Parts: sequence; structure tokens; C-alpha cells
Amino acid sequence: MVALDIKDMEIVYRHPDSLVDISTHYCPGCTHGIAHRLVAEVIDEMGLAKRTIGVASVGCSAFSYNYFDFDFVQSPHGRAPAMATGVKRSRPDRIVFTYQGDGDMISIGAGEIIAAAGRGENITVIFLNNANYGMTGGQMAPTTLPGMKTTSSPNGRDVEQTGYPILASELLATQQGASYIARRSLHDPKNIRMAKKAIRLAFETQVRGLGFSMVELLSTCPTNWHMTPANATKWLEEKMLPYYPIGDYKVHPELSELKV
Amino acid sequence: MPLRGTIVVDENLCKACELCVEACPQHVIGLNAEIITPRGFHPAHLIKDECTGCGICALVCPEAAITVYREKRGAQG
Repeated sequence: MVALDIKDMEIVYRHPDSLVDISTHYCPGCTHGIAHRLVAEVIDEMGLAKRTIGVASVGCSAFSYNYFDFDFVQSPHGRAPAMATGVKRSRPDRIVFTYQGDGDMISIGAGEIIAAAGRGENITVIFLNNANYGMTGGQMAPTTLPGMKTTSSPNGRDVEQTGYPILASELLATQQGASYIARRSLHDPKNIRMAKKAIRLAFETQVRGLGFSMVELLSTCPTNWHMTPANATKWLEEKMLPYYPIGDYKVHPELSELKV
Repeated sequence: MPLRGTIVVDENLCKACELCVEACPQHVIGLNAEIITPRGFHPAHLIKDECTGCGICALVCPEAAITVYREKRGAQG
């Protein structure tokens, strides 16, 4: 191979400033890392790092405070929107976002998130949906697909007994206080670019003081799905996308004219 | 001739998940079996010259381990 001198070349992509340069605790191929990177890139592009406060949840996302290079607090299980409400109301000049998984946000924290959306709290929620409880060993979550095998549904999720997966974006889009609700996926380059735009719009919503914003990111869990990272992205595309269609579920009129 | 590029992989961050290997449109990324990182992985590296510096590997990398460089336009002689 011919060695190219990188000193004469332009940088197309480099590690975002708002992301700490350390190895994460996430499993190889887990798309949590992609979500972290997109949030850090958006914060950098908008120049918000000096006045952003993140709220970490419980689950794999609990340690996200180690990886972002701005202020962070850690909340009890499911209570991140309540804590973010407190932070935002006491420091309205700060940009406050929560970073939550599906087990945290839509099971134990379902009350908090619906109430926060209903009140139209001016916070941003980044919601990762990987269809199971990743940190505790892949148990069935409210978002587990019908028939999907997990450690607590070894014969596949039986909808007669445990019901159907909860559609968080559709649910929150019905709330009057919500201004921007979107679902995106992290399984291929095109969808990752779309996810970044959605995250940007969610933070623009908060900067403009329009109210509650939430981006649901469909995510893989290669370890608990017992797949290679590449197969997990294919499984997400084939199985999760039909049940969780990507799209904008609620967009404030002021945002629809915005080009990002 | 298209613009040429190259990647630099941070070996402390790469976890050998192979998402970049799958995503690379030029198929020029592979795992380097001669190196073992402190965490015990074989990190990704360029196996051929045809990198165009498109940045798709960096876009799918969950660890933000890849820095992508590309020739400046007009630099080709």
C-alpha cells in the first residue's frame, strides 16, 4: 500500500469534542455508541457544550455521564424526565436533555415521561429502543416484539398473556405539550444521518422554547439478541422496522420551516 | 481518478465489531490479526489502497474510533 501523508489532507471526520476520548463499557457493535456520538456532534455543531446539562437514566445508559464532556446528573430508575424538569425550571438558560433506554423510559418511567410531555416541559429526550432490558441480561421489556425470545420469555413473547409492545412515539405525539416527536433507526448510514437531523431538530425545539421534544432511536443489542453486530442491524431492519415505522409523529409548525 | 483518502483507527477505542467492514462501499477495511488491543480485540485497518475518504465507516462506528482524511480538491498532480 502507498502511504498517504495525512498532514496534507483535509479531515472529513474526527472524534467530537463533546465526547470523552475513552473506551465505553458498551458491548462491541452496540448502537448506544452511535447515539452518543450523534448527540455529541449536534451539541458541538450548535455550540451548546458550555450550557448543556444531561440527565442519565438507569440501564446500559446509566454510565453515559462518563462519556459526555459536559455536565451530567444521574437519576433514579425512570425518573430522568422528573429530574430534568427540576433542572430546567431552576436553570431555564440551560439546555437539558435526558438519555434513556426503553426499560427505563416506557416501563417504570412511563408515568414520568407522559406527565413531562403533557406539561410541555421544555426538555429534550433521547430514547433508545432496543426491544429488551440490555443491562440486566436481555429480559422482556414493554417494547419486546410479539414472539421475540428473551431470557424471561423463552418461548417468545405471548401477546395473549403479556400484551403488545408499547409504541412510545405514537403515544407521546398525542400529548398537547409535545412539539417534536420522531422515530429514527440506527441500522445503516442513511438512517444514521436522518437520526442526526432529528436530534438536531429536537435540540432546536428546546433552544426556541417550543416545549417537549423526543427522538426515539431504534437500536441493536447484539449480545442479548445473540447475533453478530452486522446480523443485528439486519434483524432490526427486517423485524423491528415493520412494527416501529420511522417518521415524524409531531412537528411544531415553526420547526417544519427550519432547514438543518 | 477519484479523490483518495485514508483512515486512522484509534486502537484504544476500536472493539472489532466489524460494522465499518460491512458498511464500507469500497470494501477496503478489514481486521488486523497482527495486533491485539489492550481490551483484547483485533482493530480495524485499511487492507487496500482504494479508500476514497467518504466517511461512511466513521458514520457507523459506535466508538467514534475512526478519523477520516481525504485529499484536498485540486491536489492531484
